[in-house]
Amino acid sequence: MYKILKKEVLSDIIKLMVIHAPHVARKAKAGQFIIVRINEFGERIPLTIADYDRDAGTITIIFQEVGKSTMQLGRMETGQEISSFAGPLGHPTEIENYGTVVCVGGGVGIAPIYPIARSLKEAGNSVISIIGSRNKDLLFWEDRMRAVSDELIVCTDDGSYGRRSLVTEPLKELIENADKKVARVWAIGPAIMMKFVSLATAPYNVPTTVSLNTIMIDGTGMCGGCRVLLEDGARFVCVDGPEFDAHKVNWDSLLSRLQFYRKEERAAVEHWQHKCRLEGAPEEGGK
Amino acid sequence: MAELNQKERMKIKRHDMPNQDPLVRRRNYDEVALGYSEATAKKEAERCLQCKDPKCVQGCPVGVLIPQFIKALREGDMVKAVEWMKVKNNLPAICGRVCPQETQCEGNCILGKKGEPVAIGRLERFVGDFELAHRTCPLAKAAPTGKNAAVVGSGPSGLTCAVDLGREGHKVTLFESLHGPGGVLVYGIPEFRLPKRVVYGEINYAVECLGIDIKIDHVIGRTFTLDELLNDYDAVFLGTGAGLPSFMRIPGINLNGVMSANEFLTRVNLMKGYLFPQYDTPVKVGRKVAVIGAGNVAMDAVRCSLRLQTLHSRKTNELPGEVHMVYRRSRDEVPAREEEFHHAGEEGVIFDFLTNPVEILGDEKGNVKGMRCIRMRLGEPDKSGRRSPVPIEGSEFEMEVDTVIMALGTSPNPLVFVEAEGLERTKHGTAVADPETGRTRKMRVWAGGDVVTGAATVISAMGAGKRAAADIDKFLKGEAPWQ
Ligand SMILES: Cc1cc2nc3c(=O)[nH]c(=O)nc-3n(C[C@H](O)[C@H](O)[C@H](O)COP(=O)(O)OP(=O)(O)OC[C@H]3O[C@@H](n4cnc5c(N)ncnc54)[C@H](O)[C@@H]3O)c2cc1C
Ligand code: SF4
Ligand code: FES
Repeated sequence: MYKILKKEVLSDIIKLMVIHAPHVARKAKAGQFIIVRINEFGERIPLTIADYDRDAGTITIIFQEVGKSTMQLGRMETGQEISSFAGPLGHPTEIENYGTVVCVGGGVGIAPIYPIARSLKEAGNSVISIIGSRNKDLLFWEDRMRAVSDELIVCTDDGSYGRRSLVTEPLKELIENADKKVARVWAIGPAIMMKFVSLATAPYNVPTTVSLNTIMIDGTGMCGGCRVLLEDGARFVCVDGPEFDAHKVNWDSLLSRLQFYRKEERAAVEHWQHKCRLEGAPEEGGK
Repeated sequence: MAELNQKERMKIKRHDMPNQDPLVRRRNYDEVALGYSEATAKKEAERCLQCKDPKCVQGCPVGVLIPQFIKALREGDMVKAVEWMKVKNNLPAICGRVCPQETQCEGNCILGKKGEPVAIGRLERFVGDFELAHRTCPLAKAAPTGKNAAVVGSGPSGLTCAVDLGREGHKVTLFESLHGPGGVLVYGIPEFRLPKRVVYGEINYAVECLGIDIKIDHVIGRTFTLDELLNDYDAVFLGTGAGLPSFMRIPGINLNGVMSANEFLTRVNLMKGYLFPQYDTPVKVGRKVAVIGAGNVAMDAVRCSLRLQTLHSRKTNELPGEVHMVYRRSRDEVPAREEEFHHAGEEGVIFDFLTNPVEILGDEKGNVKGMRCIRMRLGEPDKSGRRSPVPIEGSEFEMEVDTVIMALGTSPNPLVFVEAEGLERTKHGTAVADPETGRTRKMRVWAGGDVVTGAATVISAMGAGKRAAADIDKFLKGEAPWQ
């Protein structure tokens, strides 16, 4: 069992948790992920590592409540325990001094882009970060991102904070600006955002890395459910990734595969909310 | 019963296994084979001729003392029967259910030459179930040796190795990457063939008696590397199995509705997807399912598909769909256990032999809508003596399906080889290990089971775990140093 040592409500639907998992913390690196399972009925949910503290033996996860399992996790409180927590999984980000790099984090993708930006900064890169969300309420870790970036651009879709635009607009401007000499781009966020980042950087041949969050079960290469189609064939995201060259990813196939269990995901939420009502448990998470 | 003579014994007919009715069992996940009663088991045991040179034992990969346990059983001495069994086999309740007896012990039984062999597997299961319920043969632990061993993977090879090392007094830590132990016994083989209470019963008992420390959620190669384990343990056994699924290299494999049998079976068995939404993990089969392959894995996939379809149709009042097993060779080459093939047929699977997919077809949304297949014929025998299938030109046709499950075999998961300098592998990705001792080319590292042989059987994995444990024990006691 793994104890929740701390919980922070970053927004209505985005929660942060610090989990005691020394076996994962001792080797965790930026870019890797973990698999969490709440209890004996739970599914195995992959979440990218947002931060780690080796001395304290903790891993920080940040998640958006999108389905039954993440909603249920979001209702758990400090002191409660999670039944399974495996990792660190996948390959870490390849950190080098590339020169000037851009780190793009969209929505809950701000969480995993943070340790990457920090590591890149520590390796001597000049880091320009772009973070974006639908609105001001969904934005978090602006301060943390600012602390590890030489320049930070904040956007919201509705203009309620920062610049009113998608993350791809400032990204394009940066790439087109010859003075900046952008050597590499990292982007983590919703699949559709990563697709458009990829389309934006491809014409300029700026190497672009994305972290894919496909449907997974084991996270160890055993099921193949996480596979993604690259130019030269399929790869398993959990063992070959989760980071890939964005320009090689078949985005349409990826987006379609993410939809496969939509109906069941909705049914699970309904079933759970119904159960919560019967048991009188709070259905909406409070702040 | 009075002592029978050989002639009288040979007149007794082999006793059928009571099974759940096919129409009923299509709607549930309960065990299909119900097991012999004590009376039937004793009567079946009377058939054994107690050969001086028992051929059945030669057919068993671990050499179970078959005539001895059968004799004790028919004399009504169950405690003795269990003792004989446990000399060679730690997990009889499991093997009795899943061993391919027709090619092993029973395939060799002398009675099989003229009539039907003794139902050794069913008797083994009976003895195993007795032990599970009564625990007359406790696992005793020798005085602590002060040595410790790490066992990686908790399938049949790892479990057996851990238990045997624990009995010798070594301190054993068992590392498992998933959230529970059991390996294929838990994530692959379905409840209706091997109830999980049997597997957990064996595991819990071993943990209780021997104090084996099971560390779940530990992926060796990531959480710890093999080299790190070698710093902390005197010996390491790798029983990580062959869990990496293969996909056919044909167009369309990334469409929605195409999955590996491992994914499908893991969703159903390990994650209990058939109980969705009580359990969180969904599993989906369509109305027309094609399972590619004809091994045990394929058989489990077709039978799980049938059950999911039937359960689903009872909820929605639709007619249940169809499940096809598509195999490029013919009936005679089917590698699955005979009993499973027979049960699958009874439950309504449609077999498409000598058929091979060449492309999976998708609709505009990226969902599977069909499969283009080609008919095959059996050509000349290849080097291994098996007749290899050859495509028949111009015989291509389309099959309407919405789910394609690939059960084409698996290879060892490569993660454990990460940062394991010197651990040699073959070109098939299997670990190189001595078949007698399990020693790999890397000092203080042993391996056995599917990670060495490629996908094989429960009993061969158990046997490898047992042989390795014996050698590790000698090594740890200084009797067999590493050369
Ligand atoms: C669906 C199916 C049906 C089958 N039916 C039969 C049958 O009827 N009869 C029969 O005899 N055989 C059958 N088999 C084959 C049999 O199950 C295997 O041969 C046997 O389980 C192999 O045992 P093992 O101990 O080598 O490995 P496994 O049972 O595969 O166990 C390996 C374990 O190691 C873990 N692991 C892997 N990598 C790591 C790592 N890096 N770190 C930590 N842990 C790791 C895995 O999670 C797993 O739990 C079947 C196989 C399948 C898939
Ligand atoms: S272990 Fe398997 S092969 Fe050996 S006697 Fe038992 S059933 Fe037969
Ligand atoms: S999640 Fe199962 S292989 Fe990647």
